[in-house]
Amino acid sequence: MKLPIYLDYSATTPVDPRVAQAMIPWLAEKFGNPASRSHAFGWEADAAVEAARENVAALIGAEAREIVWTSGATESDNLAIKGAAHFYQDKGRHIVTVKTEHKAVLDTVRELEREGFEATYLDVRENGIVDLDVFRAALKPGTSVASVMLVNNEIGVIQPVAEMGAICREKGVIFHVDAAQATGKIGIDLKNLSVDLMSLSAHKTYGPKGIGALYVRRKPRVRLEAQMHGGGHERGMRSGTLATHQIVGMGEAFRLAREEMATETPRVRALRDRLLAGIQGIDATYVNGDMEQRVAHNLNVSFAYVEGESLMMAIKDIAVSSGSACTSASLEPSYVLRALGRDDELAHSSIRFTLGRFSTEEEIDYAVQLLRAKVGKLRELSPLWEMVQEGIDLNTVRWVAR
Amino acid sequence: MTYSSKVLDHYENPRNVGSFAQDEEGVATGMVGAPACGDVMKLQIKVGKDGVIEDARFKTYGCGSAIASSSLVTEWVKGKTLDEALTIKNAQIAEELALPPVKIHCSVLAEDAIRAAVADYKKKYTGE
Amino acid sequence: MPAPAVYLDWNATTPLDAAVREAMLPWLSERFGNASSNHAFGRYARAALYEARSRVAAAVGAHPTEVIFTSGGSEANNLFLKGAAVCLPPGRLAVSAIEHPCVLEPARQLARQGWTLTEIGARADGTIDPEHFRAALAARPAIVSVMAANNETGVLQALAALAAEARAVGAWFHSDAVQAFGKVALDFRALGLSALTLSAHKIGGPLGAGALVLDKRLELAPLIAGGGQERGLRAGTENIAALVGFGVAAERAMQRREKDAARLTALRDGLQARVTALGATVFAPESARLPNTLYFAFPGINGDALAGRLDAMGFACGSGSACSSARSGASHVLAAMGVAPDLARGALRVSTGYGTCAEDIAAFVGALMNSIAELGSLTAVSAR
Repeated sequence: MKLPIYLDYSATTPVDPRVAQAMIPWLAEKFGNPASRSHAFGWEADAAVEAARENVAALIGAEAREIVWTSGATESDNLAIKGAAHFYQDKGRHIVTVKTEHKAVLDTVRELEREGFEATYLDVRENGIVDLDVFRAALKPGTSVASVMLVNNEIGVIQPVAEMGAICREKGVIFHVDAAQATGKIGIDLKNLSVDLMSLSAHKTYGPKGIGALYVRRKPRVRLEAQMHGGGHERGMRSGTLATHQIVGMGEAFRLAREEMATETPRVRALRDRLLAGIQGIDATYVNGDMEQRVAHNLNVSFAYVEGESLMMAIKDIAVSSGSACTSASLEPSYVLRALGRDDELAHSSIRFTLGRFSTEEEIDYAVQLLRAKVGKLRELSPLWEMVQEGIDLNTVRWVAR
Repeated sequence: MTYSSKVLDHYENPRNVGSFAQDEEGVATGMVGAPACGDVMKLQIKVGKDGVIEDARFKTYGCGSAIASSSLVTEWVKGKTLDEALTIKNAQIAEELALPPVKIHCSVLAEDAIRAAVADYKKKYTGE
Repeated sequence: MPAPAVYLDWNATTPLDAAVREAMLPWLSERFGNASSNHAFGRYARAALYEARSRVAAAVGAHPTEVIFTSGGSEANNLFLKGAAVCLPPGRLAVSAIEHPCVLEPARQLARQGWTLTEIGARADGTIDPEHFRAALAARPAIVSVMAANNETGVLQALAALAAEARAVGAWFHSDAVQAFGKVALDFRALGLSALTLSAHKIGGPLGAGALVLDKRLELAPLIAGGGQERGLRAGTENIAALVGFGVAAERAMQRREKDAARLTALRDGLQARVTALGATVFAPESARLPNTLYFAFPGINGDALAGRLDAMGFACGSGSACSSARSGASHVLAAMGVAPDLARGALRVSTGYGTCAEDIAAFVGALMNSIAELGSLTAVSAR
C-alpha cells in the first residue's frame, strides 16, 4: 500500500491511465490546431475534437452539437449564468440559487448582483437538500435563471433537479445545473430532464484539468451571451483555440465513465460504507448531509471537539479535506455545513472523505485505524472534550472570543 | 499549508499537556477563544510562594499552529514571575514558530491565554 | 490522406517540444493533486505552479506575481480588455485594426456596452499608422491595445515608442504578444507595458495554457469568478500539466531564441527571394518582421486552393482566410493594409520554427512551383 492514501476524489481525480494513453498522441505527432482549415494536421485534430464531443454528449443523454467546450466547470458556470442572465435580461433580472452551491456559482451570482440583478439564495433543509416548495415559491414573474447543483461537492447530496426542472419549465425560467461532481457517479439523461444548461468538468471524472464543457439545450433552444469573444469558435459561444489533447482526454474519460459506472458505483459504495462503519465506532461523530440522497463515494463527518485542520495534520498519511478554514483569511468554517444548521464547532470539526476508482479495502481499513488513534490523541489535548467529560454543557459557557 | 519544523515538533510532541486540579494551591486558569471560531486554549499556571511560575499545563482545541503556540508558551512562562510572563508578546511566539500571516491569530490567542491566566491568578489570590 | 510531412504553419500552433512533454507527463499521472488542496498532493501542485509562474515571468522580465495564468491567449486578451473596462468608467478605447479577433471582438463588445472604440489603421507596410495612432491618443482613451507582432504578416510594431506615447496620455497600454513571444526579445518592464498577453502553444508548449502579465499597480475584474485562484483574477482549478509545460517551453524558447532567429531569418529570406522570382507579391517585405514568417500571394491564384494543393503534397501552411479567423473571407489584416481583395484572396502564409530545416524549404519551393503551374493553368482555363 502506497502512502499517502488519496481520499480526496472530489477535489480532483487522478487521470485514468487509459485516458492519459489516449491523450499522448495529441501531445506528440498529432499537434494540429483544430481551427486550421488548410491542412491535414488541422482536420485530424478537428475530427478528434468532434469524436470527443460525441462521447461527452453520450454520457448525459445529449446531442453532440449541444456541447460547448470550456476550460472547466468554473468557466462553464460563469458562461451559463452570466450568459443567460444577460441574454434574457429583458424577461427579468432575478436569479435564484442555493446557499450550498460551489463558489463558481455563488461568486458569479454576486457579480450579477453588483451589476444590478436581484438574487435569492435558498436555504437547504438540515439534510442538505432544497425543499421543492421553497424552490417553487422563490420563482417570481421576473425570475430569469435558476441555478442548482446536481451533487454537492462537500457533502455529496443529490438535489431533486428533475422536479426543479419541471417547475422551471412551467414558469419559463432558464434552469442551469452544475454537474461537475455528478458525471460518472449518477446517471444523467437530459432527454428526460428539463435542464437547459449543464456544467461539466473533466478532472472530477478521471480526465485532465483545464477542460470542461457546457451543455446548451437546442430544443427548446437556449441562447447565451458569449463571455469570451474572438475567432467565433464553438458556434460563437466561446472563442479560443481548442486544446485537442485535453478534449480527447475528456472524451475518453466520459466514455469510460459511461461504460464502467454500473460496476464502479457499487464497489465504491461498499468501501464508503466500510469507512462509515469504522468511523461510527468512534464516540461523538456525526455524518453531515443526507445518507440516502447522496453519491456513493462521499462521506462527510464531524469529529466533535477535534478541530478539522489539526486532525488533517495528524492523519497526514491520508489526503482528505476539511470544512475548517483556519488557513483562509476568513476564519469561517464551511458555509455548506453552516447552511445545514450545523453549529460552528461541528463545522470546524468536519472532514470530507471522497473515494474513487483506485481506492482499496486495505486503504480504508488503514484510514479507520489511523482515525481512531488520532482522534483519541487530539481529544486528550482538547479542553472541550475535557469539559464535556466533566458534564459541562458547552452551550452554557461564556466564551472569550476576540 | 506547509508547517515549520518547530510547529511540527510542538504539534507532534506537545509539552506540558494536561490539567491541574482547580483547587490546587497556586493554580490559575486562562481559557480563551471559542469553539465557533475554531480555537479554544486553556492555559494553567502554578505559581509558587515566591511569585514565580513553577509549572504550566495546556489543552487546546485548534489547528496545529494553535496547539504549537500554546505548547510553546507553557515552556516560556515557567520560571518567570507573573509580570515577566506578561512581557511575552505574540510577535515573539510567531517568530519562534515561523508562523505564516494566516496563522498569526494563533500566537495572539496564546498571548491572550497568558494574560487570562495571570488575571485569574490575581483575582483568585490577590483580590485584584 | 497522405501522412503530412512538412509542417510550415507554426504561427497557427507548434509541435509540442519533446522536453516539454516529458515535463508534463508526471502531472498527467502520479502528480495529480489540486493546487488548492491542503495536503501533500496539493502542495506538490502548488510548488509546480509557482515554478511555472517564475519561469514565464523570467522569460519576459516580469515579477512572478504579475503573471495571471489563463486557458490561452484569447482568454488573456478578453480578461484584459473586459476586466479593465469594468474597473474604469465607460470611456474610449483604441485598438489597432490588424489585431487578432480575440482583441477586436471584445473591443467591439465593449463598444456595444457604452465604450467608444477607435480602430487604429495600418499602413501598406503593415505597421500601424502613427498619425492615426496620435489622433486616437488625443481623444484620451483609457485603454489602448496594439499587438507586438502580427500573426499573418509577422510585422513587428514599435512597442516601446507606442507604449510611451500611450502612457503619456494616461492610458493603459496592452500588447498581444502571442506571436512575438519566443521569437523576439520582450521585456515587460523595459517596454513600459501595462499588460502583455502570452500563449504556450505558439512556443512549443501545449494548447490550453496562456497568461496575462499585468503591472502589479493595476486592478482588473475577473472574467471568470468563483474560487479565488490567480489572486482572484481567474477562478478555476489550475491546469497544472499545461502550466508546467508552459513554464518549460518559455524557458527553452528563451534559450534558443537568438540562434533560431538568425537561422530562420536566413531561411525566410531565401524563400522570399524564390517566391518573388516565381512572380509572387510578398506582403510587407521591407518591414521588420518575425524571423519565421513569410506572407505572399500569387496574383490570380486562390490561397485556399493553393494551400489545399500543397497539403495534398505533404506541406502544411496557412491560407490568408484560414489564419485570419474561423470565418471564411479575405484577411482583415490585408484589407487594413490596403491590399486589393483579389490579391488578398491569394494570400498564403509560411511560418517556420525550430524544427524547420533548409531541406524542408527547398522541398517546399519544388511543391510550390508544381502547384502554381497547375493552378495557374486551371485559372487560365477557367478564365477563358
